[in-house]
Amino acid sequence: MNYINWLYFPLRLAWRQLIFDHTKLMVAICGVLFACVLVFMQLGFRDALYASATSAPVNLDGDLFLMHKQSEAMWRPIEFNRSELMRALGNPAVADVFPLYLGLAPFKNIETRVKRTLMVYGFDPDSSSFRIEAINNKREALKLKDTVLFDEYSRPEFGPIGNLIAANRNLTEIRDYSVAIIGLFRMGVSFAADGNVVTSDLNFMRIFPERNLEHIDVGIIKLVPGSSQTYVKGELEKLLDESTNIFTYEELLHFERDYWANMAPIGFIFGFGTIMGWVVGLVIVYQILFTDITNHRNEFATLKAMGYSQGYFIRVVFASALLLAILGFIPGFMLALSLYHLAESQIFMPMPMTAAKATSVLMLILSMCFIAGLIAIRKLKDADPADMF
Amino acid sequence: MQPIIDVQNLNFSFGSGALVQPVLKGITISIQQGEIVLITGPSGSGKTTFLSVIGGLRQAYTGSVVVLGQQFIRSSEQARVKVRQQIGFIFQQHNLLKSLTALQNVSMTLEMNSQLSEQQRQERATAMLTAVGLGDKIHYKPDQLSGGQRQRVSIARALVGQPKIVLADEPTASLDKQNGYEAVSILKKLAKESRTTILLVTHDYRILDVADRILELEDGLIRTA
Repeated sequence: MNYINWLYFPLRLAWRQLIFDHTKLMVAICGVLFACVLVFMQLGFRDALYASATSAPVNLDGDLFLMHKQSEAMWRPIEFNRSELMRALGNPAVADVFPLYLGLAPFKNIETRVKRTLMVYGFDPDSSSFRIEAINNKREALKLKDTVLFDEYSRPEFGPIGNLIAANRNLTEIRDYSVAIIGLFRMGVSFAADGNVVTSDLNFMRIFPERNLEHIDVGIIKLVPGSSQTYVKGELEKLLDESTNIFTYEELLHFERDYWANMAPIGFIFGFGTIMGWVVGLVIVYQILFTDITNHRNEFATLKAMGYSQGYFIRVVFASALLLAILGFIPGFMLALSLYHLAESQIFMPMPMTAAKATSVLMLILSMCFIAGLIAIRKLKDADPADMF
Repeated sequence: MQPIIDVQNLNFSFGSGALVQPVLKGITISIQQGEIVLITGPSGSGKTTFLSVIGGLRQAYTGSVVVLGQQFIRSSEQARVKVRQQIGFIFQQHNLLKSLTALQNVSMTLEMNSQLSEQQRQERATAMLTAVGLGDKIHYKPDQLSGGQRQRVSIARALVGQPKIVLADEPTASLDKQNGYEAVSILKKLAKESRTTILLVTHDYRILDVADRILELEDGLIRTA
C-alpha cells in the first residue's frame, strides 16, 4: 500500500495538473507527437533504404557471388574479366557459373516520351540467375532479339506498362535503342534506380554497344548440392586472383546494406534526422515541465513546508514526463502508421511498421522525456519554503 | 506542564562577515498547548523570521528552540520535516493548487499519512471543509472561489491533519474586514475545540481580540508581554 502510494500520489497529482490546462497539454502532446512522427519517418525511410538497397541482390539465385574488389556496391560495379569467373569452374564443388551485366540507362515513357533512368540487368537466359518466377518463365522469349521484361514495381513515371502491353503498345527505347517489353516481373525500386529492366546478355550488349561480353559486373556461382559455401569460398579465394571479392548470399546482402549505411551519406542523414527529432522533442517537453515548476513554485513550497519531501516533487516531474511520453506516443504511432501506408501506396517504398521499430521509437521517446525531466528538476530547488513567510 | 514551544535566548541573523544583519536578538518565550498567540510589530521587526524558525523552515544556530519536544538548533532537515508534518501552515497567499478542487487540496495534507484509506481521507477533508463553511463547494477549484473562501480552504488544509500547532502569517492580509474576521474566527473556534496552539503574525488590529496573548516584536526584541 505504501509503495503504491509512493508512486500513485505523485502520478495522480501530475495527471491532475496536466489535464487542468488543456491548451498547454495539447501543445505538449503535439511536441512529443512531432518528435515521435519525425523519428518514425526517419527510421522508416532508413529501413526502406536498406530493404530496397538489397531488393536486387536478394532476388539473385546463386550460392556464391563474385564482384570486383573495387566495386563499392552492386549498382555501380567495376567490370572484371569473365575468365576470372570461369576459373571458378576448376573447383569440383562448383556446378555452374553465370555472368551478370548491369547498367543504368534512360528509359522512354511510351506515352509521354519523357526519359528516366533505370537499371538494366543482362543475364544468361540459359541460367536461372533470378529467384523470380516471372523472369524464369520468360527465359526462352528473352532469347529473341530486342526483348526486355519490365519491373512493375518501378515508379509510375515510367508509364502504365502493364496496360500498354495489354494494348499492344509495348515498343519503347532504352538508351535510344528500340526494344519490345514482353512481360512484367516484380523486384522493387531502390535509391540507386527508380525502375528495373531485365533482358538477355546479348540484348544487353545491343543496348550498351560499348560493353563487351568478356567484361562482366557480377559473377553468379552455383555449387553442387550439399557442398559447404564457406569451405568452397575459402578454396576459391586461393584459386582466384586478388582482383575479386567472393561473397556468400548473406555476405552480399550485408555488403549492400553496409554500403548505404556507412559509405553513402544517406545513412548518416537519417541518423542525424532521428537525433534532431529527439532533441526538438526534448526541448519542448523540458519547456513544458520547466514552466510548470515555475508556475507552481509557491504551491510546491507550501507543500514542502507541510512536510512533503523533495523526492515527492521529483516523482511528480518524472510522472508528468512519463504521461507526456505516453500521451504523445499513442497518436504519434497512429499518425506514423498512416504515413507509412501513404508512403507504401504513393512512393512505392517498403515501410513496414514492425514491433521492433515501434519499441525502439517508444524507448527513444521515453528517454527523451526522462532526460527533459532530469534537466527540469533542477528548477525544483527554487521552491524554498523558507521564503514563504 | 511542558510548553509546546519553548524558546530560550534565540539569536538569528542574515548574511555573514561584515554584512551580518541581526534579526532576532535573544528572544525567550514559552507557549502552552491551546494558546492563541498573536505576534505584531512593525515591518522588519523580525516577526516573520521568528515564525519561520519556529516552523522549522529556517535553521537557527544559537540559543534553544524546542518545538513539540524536538530541538531545532543545529537539527537535521529530516528531523524538522518530521515536526513540520505536525504543524499546520497558513500563508498570506492561499497557495492552493489551481488544478485541484477544494477537496483535493485539503486531501493533500492527508496523503502524507499512509495509515488512512482514500475513503477516510475524503470523509475527513469533507468534514473539515464543512466546518469552515464550504460544505457545498468541495468540488470547486480555487478559480471558482472568492478570496475569503480560498483562505478558508487553506485553513481547512492546515487543520485537517489535526496539527498540534498552526502557524499563520498575515492570513487576513488579502481579505476585507468581514472575510478576514470570519476566517480568523473559524480558525479560533476550530483550534479551541481541539486545543491546538496558534501562532499568528499580523498587522491587522481588527483581529487582535481573538488572542489569548499578544507579543509585540520590535528590532528583534519582545517589547511587551
